[in-house]
Amino acid sequence: MKFFDKTEWSLLYALPVLIILLFALPTWLVNYVQVSMGMGLVALAVMIQMRAGLVSFGQGLYFCIGGYTAGMASKFWNISDIFVILVIAIVVTVAVSGILGFLLRRYREIFFAMLTLAVSMILFALLSSSHELGSTDGFNLPQASYLGWHPEGETGSTVLFILTAILTLACAILINRFLRGPIGKIIEAIRENELRVEYLGASAHVSVHVLYMIAATISAIGGVLWSMALGHVTPEMANWTTSGQFVFIVILAGTGNVFAPLVGTLILEVLRVYAVEISPNTWQMILGIVMLLTIVFLPKGLWSLFERFVKRLSSKEPAA
Amino acid sequence: MTKVSHLGTASRPLASTLALALALAPTTLLAQDAPAFKLGVVSFLSGGASGPFGVPSRNAAELIVDAINKGTLPAPYDTIGFAGTLVEPLFADEASKNVVADYQKLVQKDEVDGIVGYNSSGSCVAIAPEVEKLETLTVLSACGTSQIFEEIVTEPKYLFRAASHATMDNVAAARYVVEHTPEVVEKLSDIAGINQNYSWGFDSWRDFSASIQVLKEDVEIANEQFPKIFAGQYGAEISALLTARADVVHSSFWGGDLEALVIQGAGRGLFGRTQMVLTSSDTAIHRLGRQIPDGTIIGARGSYSIYAPQSELNDWFRQAYYDRYGVYPVHPAYQMANAVLGMKAAADKAGVGTEEAIIANLKGLSYEGPGGIVDMALADGHQAITGSAYGTYKFDTETGLGTVENIVTYKAECINPPADLTSQEWIKGGFVGADCE
Repeated sequence: MKFFDKTEWSLLYALPVLIILLFALPTWLVNYVQVSMGMGLVALAVMIQMRAGLVSFGQGLYFCIGGYTAGMASKFWNISDIFVILVIAIVVTVAVSGILGFLLRRYREIFFAMLTLAVSMILFALLSSSHELGSTDGFNLPQASYLGWHPEGETGSTVLFILTAILTLACAILINRFLRGPIGKIIEAIRENELRVEYLGASAHVSVHVLYMIAATISAIGGVLWSMALGHVTPEMANWTTSGQFVFIVILAGTGNVFAPLVGTLILEVLRVYAVEISPNTWQMILGIVMLLTIVFLPKGLWSLFERFVKRLSSKEPAA
Repeated sequence: MTKVSHLGTASRPLASTLALALALAPTTLLAQDAPAFKLGVVSFLSGGASGPFGVPSRNAAELIVDAINKGTLPAPYDTIGFAGTLVEPLFADEASKNVVADYQKLVQKDEVDGIVGYNSSGSCVAIAPEVEKLETLTVLSACGTSQIFEEIVTEPKYLFRAASHATMDNVAAARYVVEHTPEVVEKLSDIAGINQNYSWGFDSWRDFSASIQVLKEDVEIANEQFPKIFAGQYGAEISALLTARADVVHSSFWGGDLEALVIQGAGRGLFGRTQMVLTSSDTAIHRLGRQIPDGTIIGARGSYSIYAPQSELNDWFRQAYYDRYGVYPVHPAYQMANAVLGMKAAADKAGVGTEEAIIANLKGLSYEGPGGIVDMALADGHQAITGSAYGTYKFDTETGLGTVENIVTYKAECINPPADLTSQEWIKGGFVGADCE
């Protein structure tokens, strides 16, 4: 077996492409690419849970934990080193998701969706009523530093972009590995028939638990990267509307490949930017129509378009 | 054959359009001679805050910009454009998860010369550092938080705010209660509050309760309620307030929440038993009319709408707004008008309508808005102070319109902290330096 599969090679190739984009695209668009990577990781987390038939309507919980860890580390302990922040965020997330997993792994379908939503809304309510953390206004983050190096201004944003790209793609590769691995196969089987999985000797509960923790961890990494890029966190990150947006992205993009949610996030962001520009009063309607059309004509998401395109290419090649 | 004749008829309107376009060309060319001042206008165009805040401010911006371009405003704003430069508005929705990235997009993609707007404190807190980083003139029109210049941007160059922060509303409300409702003050020993559980609600209640306790000794807090924003049902909270038997109940509710509180609270006798103080309630008057009990203390977040002083500019603004949108302007519309007119005043003073000229001249400027004088007095000339007014509600059964009586206006210097103190220090220190004459 080759060490990297096709998807992983593409993810590796995506890094230089992203770095070229950083210098080729206008700054405003680079900003959207950057925030899309942070949000894309959360969408990826929603996507892998959807593979198991679990719709998380509360992924904003870990997105918010990531963001607030970054914010609170700098606010209370004066830590702006992004690597330290990432470690703290991962530790906190693993602890929280490890505990919550014992509860959530027992539920499926609408019960899982509603419970994840409920837990996320608890954090939203707590943060909204905490005056020290700026309540719903949130608070601002300083510019990130890197192992004692404090780049300012343009250099700072460039470094953060490159780091965001590296981490996002690395997470995507690891998730791809995970999906190809034993648990990845089991979770798909869980979606098909959970009872049979148990008869085959695998534990559905343990698999869902691991899946939930992995999804939580990459969401928190996404939260750190997103909030460091924007420089501001609010409890809105844990609100169900934010979580709903991630579900929207996955439905739009499809669950076919780890690339899909990452690209889907960017497409949705750009779509939103132009929808607001075309019609500032009714831009949500444009997004809604796109959503409807996707569900009706591309039930497997935008990724299925790409798959069809690749299939047609490969079927033509031998003939030529 | 049919095809040809079809083409023939189709080409006629095409030709006339072309001719029309050619005839119009010289005038459009003229307008493009001087590059327009591109003005980004950001407010809530969707979501819960769009109805009461976002859309009135957007409408005010549209109305004022049109009038500026036509030169139809009353003096001293009766010249065309920002010192001759036409203004081209570009509207954007503040309801967005990525409000900072959207701000960057306005600056870098749309290449606006200036930005005006932002209703929510959360948005203002988020974009404030970005404004200084991207070096673009930005005039915040509303957002109540005092953090902006006190904590986040302490040395502003590009960021301005043409509205007072929310401290003023609650200091004025406390002063009105203590100084102008003698029958309440006589027995005043307990206060209570019902405010939404987010920054605006917490800050409003903190400022109001602290101010009352400074202005009158031995006042206790009997009860404080923080229901969820957009909850709509306040049965439990109203019960708690009724049993608390406070003499004064304060609320900074707005929009639909406010209307729900008034209808539910009045129905259960809350308004009759205690003195209600509603700090942001001018928006409810024309919607609720006789449902607001007489005697309720009404605030409009400044001397706006019902409290706007008589002036040629205000008369024009109210009438023009009514003619175009079918309702009278409420305080968010006034605040937006203040922000846009501030830019015009600065440009006219400089004699050039460029971003640099406006930045240089808006600093420390004192100018007239439809709600009275706006004085950019705080934060090194970047933060406005304005006067305010409070009054007591009275429904006029003859005209069928809600009115206010016992109106007391407050000078900006009376209800805003001096430049060298933060709001909290100023209130706790007993309003040092307040000039209320």
